[in-house]
Amino acid sequence: MNFLARFAQNRGALIGLIILMSIILMAILAPLIFPESPWRMVQRPFLPPLEQEGFLLGTDTMGRNVASGLMHGAWVSLLIGLVSTTVALAIGVPLGAIAGYYGGLIDDALMRFTEFFQTIPNFALAIVLVAIMQPSVTSIVLAIALVSWPPVARLVRAEFMSLRHREYVEAARLVGQGDLTIILRQILPNTLSPIIVLASLMVATAILLESALSFLGLGDPNVMSWGYMIGAARTVIRQAWWLSFFPGVAILLTVLSLNLVGEGLDDALNPKLARERQ
Amino acid sequence: MLYARLIASRLFKAVIVLFMIIILNFFLIQLAPGDPAAILAGEAGATDEAFLRQLRERFGLDQPLYVQLWRYVSGVATLDFGYSYRQQMPVLDLILARLPATLLLTGTAFVLSLVLGIVAGSLAAARVKKPSGSLIMALALLFYATPLFWVALMSVVVFSVYLDWLPAYGLYTVGAGHTGLALVLDVGKHLILPATTLALFFMAIYTRMTRASMLEASQQDFVKTARAKGLKNSVIQRRHILRNALLPIITLAGLQAGQMVGGAILTETVFAWPGIGRLMFEALQQRDYNLLLGIFFFSAALVIVFNIITDLVYRLADPRIKEGS
Amino acid sequence: MSDPVLSIRGLTLALPKGADRRYAVEDVSYDVHGSEILCVVGESGSGKSMAANAVMGLLPKGVRATAGEILFDGQDLLRLDEKQHRKLRGLRIGMIFQEPMTALNPLMRVGAQIGEVFEAHNRLTPAERQSRALELLIEVGLPQPEKAIRAYPFELSGGQRQRVMIAMALALEPELLIADEPTTALDVTTQAQILELIADLQRRHGMAMMFITHDFGVVAEIATRVCVMREGRIVELGAARDVLERPQHDYTRALIEAIPGNHIPESRYLDPPAPLLEVSHLHKVFRSRGGLFKSSREVHALDDVSFILAPGETLGVVGESGSGKSTLGRCVVRLERPDSGTLALSGIDLSSLKGEALRRERRRVQMIFQDPYASLNPRTRVGMAIAQGPIANGVPRDKALKQADQLLELVGLGGVADRFPHEFSGGQRQRIGIARALALDPELIVADEAVSALDVSIQAQILELLEDLKHRLSLSLLFITHDLRVAAQICDRILVMQHGRIVEQGSAREVFLNPQAAYTRELLAAIPGREPSLASA
Repeated sequence: MNFLARFAQNRGALIGLIILMSIILMAILAPLIFPESPWRMVQRPFLPPLEQEGFLLGTDTMGRNVASGLMHGAWVSLLIGLVSTTVALAIGVPLGAIAGYYGGLIDDALMRFTEFFQTIPNFALAIVLVAIMQPSVTSIVLAIALVSWPPVARLVRAEFMSLRHREYVEAARLVGQGDLTIILRQILPNTLSPIIVLASLMVATAILLESALSFLGLGDPNVMSWGYMIGAARTVIRQAWWLSFFPGVAILLTVLSLNLVGEGLDDALNPKLARERQ
Repeated sequence: MLYARLIASRLFKAVIVLFMIIILNFFLIQLAPGDPAAILAGEAGATDEAFLRQLRERFGLDQPLYVQLWRYVSGVATLDFGYSYRQQMPVLDLILARLPATLLLTGTAFVLSLVLGIVAGSLAAARVKKPSGSLIMALALLFYATPLFWVALMSVVVFSVYLDWLPAYGLYTVGAGHTGLALVLDVGKHLILPATTLALFFMAIYTRMTRASMLEASQQDFVKTARAKGLKNSVIQRRHILRNALLPIITLAGLQAGQMVGGAILTETVFAWPGIGRLMFEALQQRDYNLLLGIFFFSAALVIVFNIITDLVYRLADPRIKEGS
Repeated sequence: MSDPVLSIRGLTLALPKGADRRYAVEDVSYDVHGSEILCVVGESGSGKSMAANAVMGLLPKGVRATAGEILFDGQDLLRLDEKQHRKLRGLRIGMIFQEPMTALNPLMRVGAQIGEVFEAHNRLTPAERQSRALELLIEVGLPQPEKAIRAYPFELSGGQRQRVMIAMALALEPELLIADEPTTALDVTTQAQILELIADLQRRHGMAMMFITHDFGVVAEIATRVCVMREGRIVELGAARDVLERPQHDYTRALIEAIPGNHIPESRYLDPPAPLLEVSHLHKVFRSRGGLFKSSREVHALDDVSFILAPGETLGVVGESGSGKSTLGRCVVRLERPDSGTLALSGIDLSSLKGEALRRERRRVQMIFQDPYASLNPRTRVGMAIAQGPIANGVPRDKALKQADQLLELVGLGGVADRFPHEFSGGQRQRIGIARALALDPELIVADEAVSALDVSIQAQILELLEDLKHRLSLSLLFITHDLRVAAQICDRILVMQHGRIVEQGSAREVFLNPQAAYTRELLAAIPGREPSLASA
């Protein structure tokens, strides 16, 4: 059975993929459907949903279109999720590979370093980093990447440790292949599936982190994001619950779909495990 | 004797980690754009040049970097976290005043999430492939994917605004003057919403972990041995599978401590819970960096203490690592 | 003969869809009588354990009975529900498993685990359970039983854990005892002790016993009757002596003949002009690293090891687990660096080479590995896997790939260079591993347990291939094995190792027929079923 067929067997993963595709579509279509800035005041404030044509989800405290903010926010969430995960992988994969492959003192040093980052409460560190670097897309991406690489490093290290004494790796060493060749050609390709699965879950976590940062007022002041929308509406929750409700559902669906897709990838990439789990 | 040595080694590690955090803090201040003196002042008296000069002198900001570092480190080592010019109080006093509320909230949420998570996870593991098992896992996934602050807000809308069952803000009813048991009940009532919303996310994690761990343990050879003895399935589940499955969960619970502190920042912000999380939000809004870094240091210290405790519990639970190897 | 204790009639067990065949076992019938040991023998995939699992009601998920019956005490076990079946398990039918290291719960004390058997069937008070557990531990010959009863499994050796498993199976004196490969995971001397214990207990308690094994040596040692299985069907069933001495079926005959050690070839070893490999005073100590608050531990894996290997010679290194034999092999190929001593290959000392210099000399010694499933990269085509060595040593890619084709041909696998490892069987993979080792035209090949993971019939084919290649290419081999019989068949000379030292060395014939060291004699005596095979030699 091939990869796609196995992925499609997981009903949850298919649903997740459909939701995720719709959210990506939202992000792409946002500038076409709402060419105006989502920050622009277009109607009277506190317009409830379904009350007036063109304002399906109503308006916020400043008379901004909630639907427009939601669609533009999709783009920001996905972008920050993807880029910060990529940066975290770029830190974690090499660190984990080196620690796991060489072992010994190098491993000790790198793992102490990783443990240090794991001990620090990561949301608190992200807050401090963004606050001090001043909120911007760049500082948010960096902060999220800096707090989320340790699990990558640990996973890659564990995989490398279990594979580095595998007989085919030792055979490669015996025939005279160099360390770099062995790491890149013999071991890394065999660690890709768990890394891919972890990465899809990390995108989800990154989106949650970003929304929490924006909720606390640490979002980039130039881009509309779901967390910011909820944070801004927090004080008026008693009068206008919908202002917080819809962006929250958007976050929930995005994170949920990414998790479902991640589980589907896991099943599809590790067919043996999936069978045992059933 | 063995435990004494173990605790000594863990404390030694903890001190090193805390020391590194102090250094990290110091460099974060250096990293911040603008005048460090202004940052230390919390931009309180940014216009007052004399005040800034006085600050520079006091913190040795006109000295070379290593002297500044030394002053900073020795300051923290003597529990001097500086002064919050915004709140007109030493940072340490501010934090210590807020710490009990945070401990109450995170402690309750921790116990709640762990107990419920393990129960739900073992139920789901025992009912693999059955609708009830799938339902538990679907709920766990839902809670796992829901932003914590949003659940908090929505629960305020539902349980405080709409149903008016529970108070939405604060630690106790201000001005009611409750004492004794009445006060305990009042605080308990205020605790329900924040603790539950904080616990939901972690409960989801423990549920998923318990189920996975139990399914893995049930594949082990000793489970087949237990069945060959003629033991009842319920005994096998509890005594053989669950006990072995709990070990990795203890480790995980230790790792989650940092997340719990992060969650507390959000929960306390929404529910105006007077803990260090709420204090952190206030510090953020007032750009009181000195206070911010002090809280950051304290939250890390909390996590370390918690990690040491879970480490000791793990050693109690697993007979194989008695010799400290 | 009395009525059978267990009677299996026409049993057919269906495998789940998508398995490599339809039935795990098909139309299988045999009886087990009181006071006898029925050995069910077969290679992996023969379905030999399946009927036993059905008897216990412990069939793997997806496997179900589609025909036949299993009669025990007048009732058909296939018709019992889980609750009725549970009441028989442990009480009237006991079972011992293969892996003593994992078959006990790591978090429970030994005494509590034995006590559970009584608890499961509501026998005795908790205090009585413990005193009964102690008696059982004494009966199965566990040293220091008072201490062992309070021990956790990790504090016991593999053989001791298997004794605990036996004590558990015996606790309620079942009429039928099923042993599923109970000695396969053990060292040969431990295996001999456990076999003796099982046979002795079976005699004393007069139990009916079903003993599942892949090893005809073990069969010769303990079987009353034998049932030979192949691909889910019974090939031959009869009294042990008849089957072993006058096998009727070709398959049985092939299996018995494939057991190495039935004859020992004359040594071709003559005093060589110059040794190919000269190892002197090799030492290697493994230290578990201590930390600031921990002390470190040391194991002497190699303790002053010296020997020579002549060109064209096959030198066997024999020992049990922990003897240092694998460490020796890993030092010779320099996967491990010896602490001191020299390893001279044609006069060049390999022992202290490092980095680039080591990489250049590596091609001169190659290795054949134990596990055919772990020794090939799942994502590399087998032709490429063989060609990688020459490519790393500067041979152009096209030429190396062409050469790989020829090597595959040489090991009997022509035209498969484009396939991935998962398309091959264990024996075929081992051939690919041999081709890879040959690709660099090495002076010496180290074979580390190269046939131990294979079924006995495949084992024979691989040994034949090695023998053939040795003559055609005049290879020199360092052949590491735990199996003295295999070593005797293929080696010119043999080293016997124990605790990191060489306790005996000599020609295969000398070591096998006239052992000098006490340990060698012990090893030889422990080989199951040795007497009949020697008698026919």
